[in-house]
Amino acid sequence: MSFNGGSVGAAQHPFLRELPAAFVERIARHARERTYAAGDLILREGDLADRFVLIFAGKVALEVVSPERPRLTIQTVGPGEILGWSWLVAPFRWRFDARAVKATRVLEIEAAPLVRALDDDPRDGYRFLRRLVPVMGERLEMARLQILDVHGG
Amino acid sequence: MAADAAPAAPTGAGLFLPRPYTVRSRVEETADTVTLALEPPPGERVPPFRPGQFNMLYRFGVGEVAISICGDTGRSDELVHTIRSAGKITAALARTAPGQSLGVRGPYGVGWPLERAPGRDVVIVAGGLGLPPLRPALFELLRHRDRYGRIEVIYGARSPKDLVYYGELQRWRARADLRFQVTVDAAGRDWYGDVGLVTARLPDARFEPARSVALLCGPEIMMKLTAQALAARGVPEDAIFLSMERNMKCAVGLCGHCQWGPDFVCRDGPIFPYEAIRERLALREA
Repeated sequence: MSFNGGSVGAAQHPFLRELPAAFVERIARHARERTYAAGDLILREGDLADRFVLIFAGKVALEVVSPERPRLTIQTVGPGEILGWSWLVAPFRWRFDARAVKATRVLEIEAAPLVRALDDDPRDGYRFLRRLVPVMGERLEMARLQILDVHGG
Repeated sequence: MAADAAPAAPTGAGLFLPRPYTVRSRVEETADTVTLALEPPPGERVPPFRPGQFNMLYRFGVGEVAISICGDTGRSDELVHTIRSAGKITAALARTAPGQSLGVRGPYGVGWPLERAPGRDVVIVAGGLGLPPLRPALFELLRHRDRYGRIEVIYGARSPKDLVYYGELQRWRARADLRFQVTVDAAGRDWYGDVGLVTARLPDARFEPARSVALLCGPEIMMKLTAQALAARGVPEDAIFLSMERNMKCAVGLCGHCQWGPDFVCRDGPIFPYEAIRERLALREA
């Protein structure tokens, strides 16, 4: 995958908005905007997690697939949200499918230079993780509550 | 009937005496949930009720159970109840066919405090079978639409197959003066809507927290989390209302089956301000 000239709008995404401008500028050099039509697969479970995806418009379904049952959507995410963090965690493979439910516009940042930027300046890395950890916590809590059958009554 | 006119609760013999209503129609909403429209006895009209109140429905020879009223307060010719088959009595009620009779006594309980809503935004959050008790409130709000600010409804269900009032949902979602979000816990590829919890849809809801009234109904854990999220966003705790469910038997605060702390849910509820029950919702045993 090649990345080029995708800095457009990076600083406007809520996830990056409060991070230092120099850091955002650095990682945006390895970003590109992409659009997906409804039904397009954005991420595929098991593929190399080589990019950090920020959603600007549209809706994306996170899906789990198993041989013995139909494909199941477990969450939808939309503008201002991000897709996955598998690019940061070994074995660097996507743990789910992500499919555009409707026309979707995203910014994809190449993982390798992003990780280098996080490693090079631990303060930026810490700030970035302070943005990422709440998203991880929120999704974990959502999963827990779905187990509790919150909508079941 | 105006929502702010409090109908009198049954008194005297009417307190415990069910009236025989006839099932006019039966609609299967989901695999285990039906909506019954009931016709009052000849020459009688449906007693006035407030959105959020409930009736005791009696399947003769089986038993009696509290069910929220789900119809329009503007209709005095029929009562509407949506019933999930979850036990012996509700299963018998749900099986009742058009033309058969049911006993009805009520209405009981306090309703949604719609008198607090004029001039304010209204946020309605329903989970599962929490939508039916909110339906009369929505009818009332829409009937006097110009009295209120924004109306935001968020409805969550286990799956698309568990959504009730499916046709009505389409009409509500098509309205320009109402924002109606629907989300489910999990779905297949044929679902193009949102998947996730109702609380995940709250950030998308447009309302002015300090001048909003919130009405919540659904599983207790859902209401608790939603109330916390609304309060964190700035909705005053005395403007968030929850519809509680307990084992109601007499419906008039005499038998004590539904006692919850200092309150009888049937008489003092089922609708309570979050401010009054927040600590009780945090109890590990209640």
